[in-house]
Amino acid sequence: MDTPPKAIAGVSTFLDDRLGAGSFLKRNLRKMFPDHWSFLLGEIALYSFIILLLTGTFLTFWFRPTMGEVMYNGSYEPLKGVMMSEAYASALNISFDVRGGLLIRQIHHWAALLFIAGMVVHMLRVFFTGAYRKPRELNWLIGIGLLSLALFEGLTGYSLPDDLLSGAGLRITQGVILSIPLIGTYIQFFLFGGEYPGEDIISRFFTLHILLIPGILLALITAHMILMWVQKHTQMPGKGRTEKNVVGAPFYPAFMAKAGAYFLFTFAVLAGLGTFAQINPIWLFGPYTPADISAGSQPDWYMGFLEGSLRLMPAWEINLFGTSGGTIPLSVLIPALLPLGIIMTGLALYPFLEQWVTGDRREHHIVDRPRNNPHRTSIGMAAITFYGVLWLLGANDEISANFHIGLYETTIFGRIAVFLGPLIAYIVTYRICIGLQRKDAEIVSHGVESGVIKRMPNGEYIEVHTPTSDDILAHMRGKKEIPVIESGADKEGVPPKGARSLLGRLRAKMSKAYGTDHIPLEEAHGEEHAAVGAGERKEVH
Amino acid sequence: MIGTGRSVNSITARRRHPLARFAVVALALGLLGGGYALAAPTGSTADAAVASGKADDVAQGKSLFVAHCASCHGLNAEGTKSGPTLVGVGAAAVDFQVSSGRMPAADPGAQAPRKPLDEWVTPQAIDQLAAYVQSLGGGPTRPTAEQVDPAKGDPAKGGELFRANCIQCHNFVGAGGALTYGKYAPPLHESSPTQIYEAMATGPQAMPVFNDSVITPEQKRDMIAYITSVRSQVDPGGASLGRIGPVTEGLVAWIAGISLLVLAAIWITAKKRQAHS
Repeated sequence: MDTPPKAIAGVSTFLDDRLGAGSFLKRNLRKMFPDHWSFLLGEIALYSFIILLLTGTFLTFWFRPTMGEVMYNGSYEPLKGVMMSEAYASALNISFDVRGGLLIRQIHHWAALLFIAGMVVHMLRVFFTGAYRKPRELNWLIGIGLLSLALFEGLTGYSLPDDLLSGAGLRITQGVILSIPLIGTYIQFFLFGGEYPGEDIISRFFTLHILLIPGILLALITAHMILMWVQKHTQMPGKGRTEKNVVGAPFYPAFMAKAGAYFLFTFAVLAGLGTFAQINPIWLFGPYTPADISAGSQPDWYMGFLEGSLRLMPAWEINLFGTSGGTIPLSVLIPALLPLGIIMTGLALYPFLEQWVTGDRREHHIVDRPRNNPHRTSIGMAAITFYGVLWLLGANDEISANFHIGLYETTIFGRIAVFLGPLIAYIVTYRICIGLQRKDAEIVSHGVESGVIKRMPNGEYIEVHTPTSDDILAHMRGKKEIPVIESGADKEGVPPKGARSLLGRLRAKMSKAYGTDHIPLEEAHGEEHAAVGAGERKEVH
Repeated sequence: MIGTGRSVNSITARRRHPLARFAVVALALGLLGGGYALAAPTGSTADAAVASGKADDVAQGKSLFVAHCASCHGLNAEGTKSGPTLVGVGAAAVDFQVSSGRMPAADPGAQAPRKPLDEWVTPQAIDQLAAYVQSLGGGPTRPTAEQVDPAKGDPAKGGELFRANCIQCHNFVGAGGALTYGKYAPPLHESSPTQIYEAMATGPQAMPVFNDSVITPEQKRDMIAYITSVRSQVDPGGASLGRIGPVTEGLVAWIAGISLLVLAAIWITAKKRQAHS
């Protein structure tokens, strides 16, 4: 290496002598990052978060988080003279009278949508490739924590401008809190400082939105990144890739350039959306008054599945002692807590459930291709379907209005599909995975079809296969068996201790189903079909 | 009575005067009729409208009615199984339904949609039909041009009324919304100020009536001012995305945002580092 210029060498020696940064940098700048597009998905969320922090700071310079009544006198004509909260008036002020305010507001909102969308696609990548397995379970849990916090961060941010739409969301939040038996009313009075809506909620949500939750998010993101850095990236199976190495590009210069470029891409998409696509036009919604509600009141997309579950739920309630003992509104309690509980708890527990079922205590640094763990992939698709049906039905009024489908028909469809859909998705995904595995096995053992049909001297027609390239073959051979726990009975026919109880037998059964490889890869045996022109003189086509 | 026979006689004679009966009946009728006319202002304006429409308008309207409407509404607008009676619906209802193309209905669905006008539906034909239906039993009349002039309304006041009364079905900018059993609140983008006024006054299809004692004509004009000003507004934030709220925003975030970033990720990682010698 050439000696660095004096200006750089001087500064870096100064820093190195005092911070000991040299060896740290030497070690970490050469850190390898695998080159696969899906490994960049998490960075959408990371960069969106950075943009959220910057744009959010800009917005706090002008936003006034108070609910005091003022008369609007800004430059948006159709609201002139209307009484509204200071929060809403200042949000209008940011949109119309602060230079660049609307653009920043829109970028902030788009970044919020992409922040959570980025988290979701990143999480799906990690789930479907099994990258959450040992030793990364803790990082997975941190990720679930990040996702839950981000939902809450979004909810509080959505409520801050105090427009009519955000008020509708706030009202539903309050309804959900009230539906909690026994303590619901107390929590509501505590949170809102009295009767709904009161005059405290905006300033309280403001503190949560700009201080507490972002602080925790920032800390958790840091922990998430440090753990990722220390534990190193997982990688797809492939040529030269083992459990002990990482094949890819070094952090400096290649990955750093790519990550920097990807930040700019993310920023470009957000700035482009913020410039060309209007989001959350609060001036059209009007100020929040609890008496008003608009058709098409929806939450932002990440809360859509909760909206959908609320819309699907039949109007069930339990009245204790003829309402004198209180009402338990199952029609709110179940849709608010059950799907969220199923999805979040299911996500958090999945690595541990899988470990329990497979008894797999190994470390995994090479990830699975989704097809090679068909039950996991099917469970994931079933969960996506469950979530997707609820999400879709959160927009059932818009679907009904724009596609001319009866409103009740969408509800009935949703009530059936939310149960039947995941089942169908499970079966279909499983069959697709098995089919793809079969294809892999065929390619490994026979090579790929060359498109040449050959007639043999005895009149038989065969299709000529050519050997697969090493890269693809190594990728396919990366399939690793899923362990199955020992459940077999010993010589006397007595099953092992753990497998005798009902739970133990269930575990053994599930393990067998989960781990059994139905389509094992076989070594190539198709020499007779291996190549064009094999066994005879070379022909030119 | 005895001893004052003369005067009694004169009183009875006057009481039994044959013209007295007519005088009482005439007085009573006059009071009733005048009182009714005073108490029911719509009746009087209806009369005025009928009066302004020429008699042959009513006759022309009747023949148009028989040709285009009677199969559902009955030959005398008395209503049938497939259409309600039109006695008392007023000229405003006729103008709203016919000028927006909703009537004559193409098929008896859950709700008659706005559609392009038939060739015979000219302003004159609507006038004649309106005059005929108005002549049947009165009802809300059409607003004057001044009553629906958006320039004379206060959009800020109208916006508050609009949010309190309309948006739960029609959405916050009047983009429309779903109702039950195939019905829907239509978008207000194409509605003329007159049609908006008439819809409030007559409550067509699934819509409730907002008569003048619920929302005064001035307030109706304010609402028209708000609706028309907002719908003609250039969206300051870029493409409007249909102005239906977060559903389309979420779609754009996923379909445009995530897709673009996934493509960018694929592009970035597809570029392999050039090996340096």
